[in-house]
Formats: sequence, structure tokens, C-alpha cells
Amino acid sequence: MTDAPKRTPLYDLHVELGGKIVDFAGWEMPVQYPMGIMGEHKQCREKAALFDVSHMGQVILKGDNVGEKLEAICPQAYSTLKEGKARYGFFTNPEGGIMDDLIVSNAGDHFFVVVNASMRHQDIPHMAANLDGVEVIEIFDRGLVAVQGPSAEDVVGTHCPAARDMKFMETIVAEIGGIECRISRLGYTGEDGYEISIPEDKAVEVSKLFLAHDDCEPAGLGARDSLRLEAGLCLYGNDIDQSTSPIEASLSWAIQKRRKEEGGFPGADRIQKELAEGAAKKLVGIKPEGRAPARQGVEIQCAEGNTIGEITSGGFGPTVGAPVAMGYVSKGHGAPGEKVNLIIRGKVQPAEIVALPFVQQNYKR
Amino acid sequence: MTTYYSEEHEWITVEGDVATLGITQHAADQLGEVVFIEQKEAEDEFEKGDEIGVIESVKAASEIYAPLDGEIVEVNEALADAPASLNESPEGDAWIYKIKLANMDQLEDLMDLDGYKALIG
Repeated sequence: MTDAPKRTPLYDLHVELGGKIVDFAGWEMPVQYPMGIMGEHKQCREKAALFDVSHMGQVILKGDNVGEKLEAICPQAYSTLKEGKARYGFFTNPEGGIMDDLIVSNAGDHFFVVVNASMRHQDIPHMAANLDGVEVIEIFDRGLVAVQGPSAEDVVGTHCPAARDMKFMETIVAEIGGIECRISRLGYTGEDGYEISIPEDKAVEVSKLFLAHDDCEPAGLGARDSLRLEAGLCLYGNDIDQSTSPIEASLSWAIQKRRKEEGGFPGADRIQKELAEGAAKKLVGIKPEGRAPARQGVEIQCAEGNTIGEITSGGFGPTVGAPVAMGYVSKGHGAPGEKVNLIIRGKVQPAEIVALPFVQQNYKR
Repeated sequence: MTTYYSEEHEWITVEGDVATLGITQHAADQLGEVVFIEQKEAEDEFEKGDEIGVIESVKAASEIYAPLDGEIVEVNEALADAPASLNESPEGDAWIYKIKLANMDQLEDLMDLDGYKALIG
């Protein structure tokens, strides 16, 4: 981690647009632009926002039966993932913990995988070591941008009519302004939108096409975090890590029925046991009643005053207009409506357990 | 009436032995949009370096450290319901405390406006 911070193909554009640059997982990334986190967040919920996510790892997997081989390291049903479809998943370790979460797409003659920036160094060797006969190619010459929000279809569709007809979790290759891009209808904000993989020397050009749309403004990592939190989406390293199981993290929806029944992935013993009997703790939504945001590490107590868990992500939710948080509570707790207490800087702050997400997801099904 | 500045980006305007304390515009700009402030209460006494409150922006929580010894004589209660005013007028209406200074000599350790401008470059 002593390497010099890396820059994405959009770095100069961020500076030109007034982005405030911070170090994130070894990358120099914009945390916000002059509009501010609150404004960028609302821009994404109401119109459209463009995020640079080029720091994430883009990987091509080539070989025979890649989907089937992925099933040996992921609990998802990737062998039956149809061409042109994408699916959220995760690598599990032998103890049933989550090594990283990822998006896998079946691109026809290969599989396309996107992993977290902070876990690239782990994930690439992990795939190379465990996917026998599969060529694992980390892509260094492409940018990745996310266009998210209710206007995203028009922002992207203006330059690529085919994008308008796509549904949530579909992926295609199409031209945007004459430049061949991989376009996937997905994202991590809870809004409709796309993630678009672009040749690095054209990333600025394509981004500027999107930004020329009246409804599209750039947004930074700050808004990305508050958007995903309101949408109830886990952040690797905060809400999920090597020790938390997918069942604890309320991610059982992301494990398909066949895999739940058959197992055959790392940590299947623990995961199947937790599916049957419940997990020792569970990730839930938590809404503080006061104004004080509850951030990572805040202790959660039950009404009787015993410690029942800890906040893993929290902050102010601009769309909710109040603090929002997620955290783990022990078995026997976590029903929506349950009153809990948060210990923020030594003071007891009342809060309520709520169903996730805090803001309705608006995907194009 | 003289205004002093601390390295922690606070301003202190002194009249006699009573001072008004707030955060500078520069500090407010760095914090980003403020969503919450936790303040001490009137009659609370503190020493230089003590934490005397917390300001939370959409980004993070930041402590307010006392730039000198004193006692809180008045709290700007309006901030609790309008934390965003700390972004709009941090050096005006959005003052945080009025304090009674316990040791006037400590003012010598603070900066004047020129010194502060040099600090923030």
C-alpha cells in the first residue's frame, strides 16, 4: 500500500470539474464536486449523476465452462447465467465469510467480472488459483463510469438507443458516440442506471457526452456512499468482510435456490446451517430518532440496556432527511419496529430497527 | 472588540472578559454540509484543548477543541434546529458559544486575521 496513488482515466476531468480529490483504496478519487454531497445525492435521486468507478477491478474470464467453475468459489448459480445477463455475487472463504462482493456478467465468448477496488489484489490471484483452465485477465486499459438516476435512460439512450430497451441486470456491447462500450443496466445507488466500460483513451469523451445532458451532473464518492446506504446496499469492509456470512449480512436473496440446496461452495456448511437455523447476528436497518448520525462502531443496546450489536455504516441520508444506519444485532433482536438505544459519544440516543432499504429501489425490471 | 483565530480554525471575538466563539468560514467549507451539532451546556467549565462539542457533516464528525480556558455562559441554541447555518454564516449568526475567559494571557497564543490567513494559505 506504499505505492503512489493511482489515477483513473477521468482524473483530469475531475480536476477540471472542481472535484475535491481524496485517496480511496490507493486511488486519487473525487469525494465531491462544487455542488456538494447533499446536492449530488439529490441530483442522482431526482435526475441523473455520473460517477467514476474506474478504480474498481474489471476482469475478463476466458475458457470453457467458466460459469460452472465460478460456482466452486461463489455460492451463486453462475453456470445457468444466460448470455447478456449480469448477477450480483460474492466469493466465500472456507469459514463461510465473504471475501469480496462482485458482479459477474455472461458476455457470450467470455465472462466479465467487476470487483471492489480495495480487493483487486486478493481477487485476481484468488480467481487465477481456483479457476482451472480459465484465463484471468485484469483489464487496465478501460475506464468504468456509472450513470445513475431516473434520467439515466435518457442520458445514455440519447447516444445509444439500444440502452433504452435494456432491463435491470442486462449487459450489451454497443456504440456510444461511435465508441464501442460495454453497457450494463445496474448500479449501486438504488436507482435505475448503467455502468459503462469504456476504452481508457475515450473515457473522457464519452463522459462529456453524458455530462452535456441537462439532467446529468458529476457526483463523487461521498454521494455514492450516502446513496448506497439509503438503498440498503452493503459496503465491503464496513458491512461485510471475511468474518461475516452472507446469511448474517441478509444477502441470502443473492444465493439461488439450487446452490442453497446443493452447497458445493466454500463455507457451505456454515451457510446452509445458518439458512436452516438462523444466524447468530443479522444486518438490519437502524433509524436514529434524533439528529445525531450514528457512524461505524457505535454500540447498539436493547431496551434493557444490554449490548446487542454495532453500527457498521451510518450517516445522514439526504433523501430521508435524517440520519440512517445499518448494523448487526444478535439473534432474537432485529424485528422492524424494535426500539433500541445507540451509544454515541457516551450518550444514549434512541433509535428504531427498520426494514431496508430506507428509500425504495427504482430498478427497470 | 478584537477577533483572534486558533489553529483549530475557530474564531474568538473578545469584549472585556467575555468572548464569542465559532468556527471559521474556511473550517465550514472544509467540513462540508453540516447536519448536526452537539454542544455543551451553559456553566460548563473547560480547559484549553478540551473537547467542547462535535460538528457532523455529511462526510464525518469533527470535534471542537477549546482554544483557551473558560466557562460557557451562553449556548447558541438555534444551531441544533438549523445546523446548516454553520455553512451559511459561521462567522456571524452561527456562533457556537459565549464564554467567560479564565486566563486572558492565553489570547497571546492565538493568531490575528493576517496570521490565520497565512495559515490557511
